[in-house]
Amino acid sequence: MSGDSAASAPGRPGDRPERPVGRKPAGSRWGRLFEGGLLEGGVQGSPVIRLFMRWVRRPLLPVMRLWRRNIQLKVVATTLLMSLGVVLLLGFVVIGQVRNGLLDAKVKASQSQATGGFAVAKQQAEEAVSVTGDEETAADGRPSQSVIQWMSDLVESLSSGGQGAFDVVTLPAADASGSGRGPRASGQVNPTASVPAELRERIDENTSAAQSYTRIVYDTGKESQPALVIGKQVNDPNRDPYQLYYLFPLTQEEKSLSLVKGTLATAGLFVVVLLGAIAWLVVRQVVTPVRMAAGIAERLSAGRLQERMKVTGEDDIARLGEAFNKMAQNLQLKISQLEDLSRMQRRFVSDVSHELRTPLTTVRMAADVIHEAREDFDPVTARSAELLADQLDRFESLLADLLEISRFDAGAAALEAEPIDLRDVVRRVVSGAEPLAERKGTRVKVVGDQQPVVAEADARRVERVLRNLVVNAVEHGEGRDVVVRLAAAGGAVAVAVRDYGVGLKPGEATRVFSRFWRADPARARTTGGTGLGLSIALEDARLHGGWLQAWGEPGGGSQFRLTLPRTADEPLRGSPIPLEPKDSRRNRGLDDAGLPSGGRHGGKSATAPARQPGADGPARDPFALPPTAVTPTADPTALPGNGARVVARTGSTRMTPGTPAGDGTPHGGGTGDGTATRRTSRGEPDSGAEGPGGGSASRDGERDGEASRGR
Amino acid sequence: MKGRVLVVDDDSALAEMLGIVLRGEGFEPSFVADGDKALAAFRESKPDLVLLDLMLPGRDGIEVCRLIRAESGVPIVMLTAKSDTVDVVVGLESGADDYIVKPFKPKELVARIRARLRRSEEPAPEQLAIGDLVIDVAGHSVKRDGQSIALTPLEFDLLVALARKPWQVFTREVLLEQVWGYRHAADTRLVNVHVQRLRSKVEKDPEKPEIVVTVRGVGYKAGPS
Repeated sequence: MSGDSAASAPGRPGDRPERPVGRKPAGSRWGRLFEGGLLEGGVQGSPVIRLFMRWVRRPLLPVMRLWRRNIQLKVVATTLLMSLGVVLLLGFVVIGQVRNGLLDAKVKASQSQATGGFAVAKQQAEEAVSVTGDEETAADGRPSQSVIQWMSDLVESLSSGGQGAFDVVTLPAADASGSGRGPRASGQVNPTASVPAELRERIDENTSAAQSYTRIVYDTGKESQPALVIGKQVNDPNRDPYQLYYLFPLTQEEKSLSLVKGTLATAGLFVVVLLGAIAWLVVRQVVTPVRMAAGIAERLSAGRLQERMKVTGEDDIARLGEAFNKMAQNLQLKISQLEDLSRMQRRFVSDVSHELRTPLTTVRMAADVIHEAREDFDPVTARSAELLADQLDRFESLLADLLEISRFDAGAAALEAEPIDLRDVVRRVVSGAEPLAERKGTRVKVVGDQQPVVAEADARRVERVLRNLVVNAVEHGEGRDVVVRLAAAGGAVAVAVRDYGVGLKPGEATRVFSRFWRADPARARTTGGTGLGLSIALEDARLHGGWLQAWGEPGGGSQFRLTLPRTADEPLRGSPIPLEPKDSRRNRGLDDAGLPSGGRHGGKSATAPARQPGADGPARDPFALPPTAVTPTADPTALPGNGARVVARTGSTRMTPGTPAGDGTPHGGGTGDGTATRRTSRGEPDSGAEGPGGGSASRDGERDGEASRGR
Repeated sequence: MKGRVLVVDDDSALAEMLGIVLRGEGFEPSFVADGDKALAAFRESKPDLVLLDLMLPGRDGIEVCRLIRAESGVPIVMLTAKSDTVDVVVGLESGADDYIVKPFKPKELVARIRARLRRSEEPAPEQLAIGDLVIDVAGHSVKRDGQSIALTPLEFDLLVALARKPWQVFTREVLLEQVWGYRHAADTRLVNVHVQRLRSKVEKDPEKPEIVVTVRGVGYKAGPS
């Protein structure tokens, strides 16, 4: 027994520590199965297996999410597992030791008892021999009868000394003849069933004592009990060998052992549970401040700058809290400084506005009075009065634009969005531009106004943008038609203003939005724009979360497109109108001179890359349809997928020169958190219209010709 | 046409220039440069219209506007250098009928003044009903259950415009043209603010208007009578 337990006990300690370790690979295998196999469709087996795995996985998902997200759970679970391992290991070692200790004493006592018993049996046999030796002649006929009696007496006398501490069994030797020496046992022990056969064989083979463990089986139906059995071959008075066994019940020892086991198990359970609880508490101590920090960081980033962590003590957590609070403090300080600065600037703008405007009003009125009376003046004074009035107009609009721009810069521009029908706005703008168009001999056509084009927008700002675009188009359209196109699709509405005038030089599509930018300073300007119109228009578009973009080709006219989200808080994903119009030279398959491009490639889709090497190709304009997709008959409004396609392509055009100014800028520009996030998430370049740098430079090679955009 | 105009402006040059222009158009201007004295001057001169600069020494224009409005429905046109939404809306909410942003052209100013004065030319006798209100156009009175409700001339005009065509939805632009006499002005804040002011006077529950109903995305219309 001791050998058995000693063998098993060391075996387990070796096993135990591996257990937590051994589980992890199993767990990760599961994880791999779940994450790799199922998420990526890695289970190549039949769909049935995949279905089954999905079915298994679904209820596990919340648990897995909790496991991934909750460090407290992780630590507590790990602690529980590891402490369970340690407790089991300890338990087995301790139980092994206790068992060995208990049994060793018992075995020694039993052995000496049995040895004594064997000696007594031998002695009694010898005594019986000397007694029966005299009777041999007289009672020769029935010697066995006396041996049978003698053995019964022997068993009784041997067992009577044990007081129930042991039982005695005799069994015939294996080679004994069937001489009536049947098995005998004391205390209702079933002799044959209680002695293991294996031990009997061992005792048959040699004469020394041997021992084994067994269970005592009783004839009376008493419950069997574990026992140590020691046996030896002894001779009876007839010098025939028989087997004498001592059976020592181990009930007491087993009871002690199970008591120890129970105690250990209870203690171990308590230890494990307590360790888990301790781990939970300890982790909570660390995790609570961390969670608090996370929550407060979230609130800070949501703009509640006065949030602080509670700091107690001087430990590491407290240091974290202090550092965190210091950071928050500095952030708050910086932000409030910036806010002050912005407030000051706004205030300054407001003050300048008032201070400049009041005298300007007086000057303006005076000039008008003089202007009215100019017919009474001599020609020189009259002309001067005219110039004065004209330039005051210009000064006024310049001042108004400047103030508007600085209002944008100060972030003081507020959007008053409400659902408006862009067709009304377009109609107003077009009728407003009518006098100028007549002077220029231009017809302004409106396309796509059969259906309402409704969006949440600030009518005043949208009208300003469109007036700017239409006036620009008429002004630079060289008397050719101007087409205003409206469309709505997906979550966006768009108005594109197309002219067929001088167009834009390469790179100018970006630069037109720069402040005070003029394509050709030498070019005579008829209406005297301030040079801020398109910048303001761009800011207006941005304020809506929309885009304002320009496309142009030298000599082929240009197209300006305003795209607005249908609802104010919806991010734009695409525009219902392609930025490059269908009738652009490239889309018609013509080269820059307006001639059909050479027959090198049959289709117009192939001419574009052939004519414009390098990064151009698809990157030329992310918002235009790919040339192949532009069929002359396709109405852009009938392409709801346009937006999606645009989105898919913006990522790849990130650094390409073709990204027009309006692309990066309209949703950038720091008008608010929302737009900034949107831009980041879209992976757009930060450079806006004001930073045409690399973009326009690399674009220079693509488009040639000349253009001018004053406003 | 009556034409007494009180100019409340602290800038003497501008005030003088305004005087020149107004006299040239046949108005009778009177002047006050201080917010504190504005009310006294108003009571004394009994103008047909007030031109009020928003930034004044002493009481500011908003306050003056409120005081004048408290005792009279006379048209008030604000002169403001700030076209920012907040300034304009605050001015309108304090009771101004119209505003004009500096720098303005003399013609524009005169047009606004005339538009505000024109309404006082005698209207035809007419009875209108809107909701549970009864409007006597000629008598310039609005009554609910015999109780008359005091409205400024502008608010009255706004209500009459809506009540005359209860079947029609008025866009803000149309109202601007009909009530204020604008042709191409795009500032619909005027309409919004004055509709709010009108509602606060004629509606039982201004939160749930029944007289002047908003038609979302279009404009306003008269409630069912």
